[in-house]
Amino acid sequence: MAGDYILETERLTKEFRGFVAVNGVGLRVRRGSVHALIGPNGAGKTTCFNLLTKFLTPSAGRILYNGRDITRAAPADVAQMGLVRSFQISAVFPHLTLLENVRVALQKKRGKSFDFWRSERALDSLNDRAAELLAEVGLAEFAHLTAVELPYGRKRALEIATTLALEPELLLLDEPTAGMGHEDLGRVVALIKRVAANRTVLMVEHNLSVVADLSHTITVLARGEVLVEGDYAAVSKNPQVIEAYMGSGHA
Amino acid sequence: MARDTAPRAKNGYRHQYAIFAFMVALFLVLPYVIYPVFLMQALCFALFACAFNLLIGYTGLVSFGHAMFLGAAGYISAHAAKVWGLPPELAILAGTAASAALGLVVGLLAIRRQGIYFAMITLALAQMIFFFSLQAKFTGGEDGIQSVPRGVMFGILNLQDMMTMYFVVLAIFLAGFLLICRVIHSPFGQVLKAIRENEPRAISLGYNVHQYKLIAFVLSAALSGLAGGTKAIVFQLASLTDVHWTMSGEVVLMTLLGGMGTLFGPVVGAFIVIAMQNYLAQLGSWVTIAQGVVFVICVLAFRRGIVGELGRFLKKPL
Ligand SMILES: Nc1ncnc2c1ncn2[C@@H]1O[C@H](COP(=O)(O)OP(=O)(O)O)[C@@H](O)[C@H]1O
Ligand SMILES: [Mg+2]
Repeated sequence: MAGDYILETERLTKEFRGFVAVNGVGLRVRRGSVHALIGPNGAGKTTCFNLLTKFLTPSAGRILYNGRDITRAAPADVAQMGLVRSFQISAVFPHLTLLENVRVALQKKRGKSFDFWRSERALDSLNDRAAELLAEVGLAEFAHLTAVELPYGRKRALEIATTLALEPELLLLDEPTAGMGHEDLGRVVALIKRVAANRTVLMVEHNLSVVADLSHTITVLARGEVLVEGDYAAVSKNPQVIEAYMGSGHA
Repeated sequence: MARDTAPRAKNGYRHQYAIFAFMVALFLVLPYVIYPVFLMQALCFALFACAFNLLIGYTGLVSFGHAMFLGAAGYISAHAAKVWGLPPELAILAGTAASAALGLVVGLLAIRRQGIYFAMITLALAQMIFFFSLQAKFTGGEDGIQSVPRGVMFGILNLQDMMTMYFVVLAIFLAGFLLICRVIHSPFGQVLKAIRENEPRAISLGYNVHQYKLIAFVLSAALSGLAGGTKAIVFQLASLTDVHWTMSGEVVLMTLLGGMGTLFGPVVGAFIVIAMQNYLAQLGSWVTIAQGVVFVICVLAFRRGIVGELGRFLKKPL
């Protein structure tokens, strides 16, 4: 449990009908760090996330989380172990209010919510904490709107608040700032910084200034394989990265 | 737009209490105006449709085989009352329990499938129940189980009396309806809603969604069984009609017509369909066509069903 690395993968591979989207990836995420996964579109970053959170089953390789082999675990189970993800395409519950969105996550900590005979008011004790989490991402005043009414950037913020409600040990964020306006972006970056203080974050991010600002370690993925790994200074100087990454239209 | 920032979930469904009170009042008066047998039939189907709606409207699962739960409970209740000589309350309970058990088996087989595959498995299993009912001895084949005794409920309510029977059926319907309301507005119901809205997200939050769906499925099967058992006692008959696939189709129709995912829609839908069948009966086999035409018009005109459109117009969930 007390190892240096909270998450390790060995030769992680995913094949889609002959097309190898992730190829022999060995990823080691240091406990307490912010680790960025970058690379051009189609590099296999989201597929990696899907493998790590068990939404996809690897074709080969192993995944160790806190030293435990989770290669064959069920997605809901890894979430309960504290490995929680957000999605690239914002994932909210559109017709629940913002408060309810966060509360669904808080509700998980009550254990199994099979109590169909009890009133919803049993959940009212979670409202304070839900409101607090919404305030943290700057959504306090919208608590009673339904999620579908929010602009895109704010949906992402809501998604982060919902994810944080689970107090994950390892937070996986898939392009958390994508589609955000300048103001929202600043708020989310500050938020990630704050939450990273006492947990590990693995994130896919396209905005390189955000990556430079936040991450301790960067892994560059290209065509399903790890190109290089290191801190921002080292990675950004690597000629292969400049070619593969910058060459595909990213400044 | 609510700007109330107090940490409290918005209670947006208080008006539903008023509608519920109105519905109860209506059902208390109606048997003095309309033929109670028709009302009892409609109430049984209303409960069946509400149970189905718990699944399609609040869980997002489409079952094409729900007749098996209505019909199987009917056979068990009829058999229990007629052959075992159980009083009606225990006979109905036996039917309900049987459907719940059947629901558990069917659910375990089907729940991991998605969309059309789920629907197909429920349909296939319902067909198996149909052929079993056709062949088995205790179901009486084509004749069904006839002249089921109504008996005396709780030792005091003589169900031979039409009005007593009516109020018992009404009480059963209301109990089922209230249970469904409670389920929808429970912590469990919140998770169901989340699963229906965004299943991958619910999984990523650590919910084992199959377990929640399975519980919803069993609840729906049990309540369908409650409707089927009650119906068998009321009409003193359990027959193949109730396990036939057309019955599975009819409950879909009732629910869509009234408005799936609405509380009162299935009740309205069931009453409309049963009224059409009764009052258009002289059209003979044209009833089916008339029903089809009404359905097509309704679906084209009100995509959310009658109550669903009304709720949208009033901007309130009904
Ligand atoms: N379910 C799938 N079936 C087939 N191919 C897929 C699937 N998911 C992803 N891919 C392919 O795998 C590659 C990597 O995709 P993805 O992981 O989404 O890239 P990234 O997130 O780095 O942009 C892409 O070429 C994509 O088309
Ligand atoms: Mg991606």
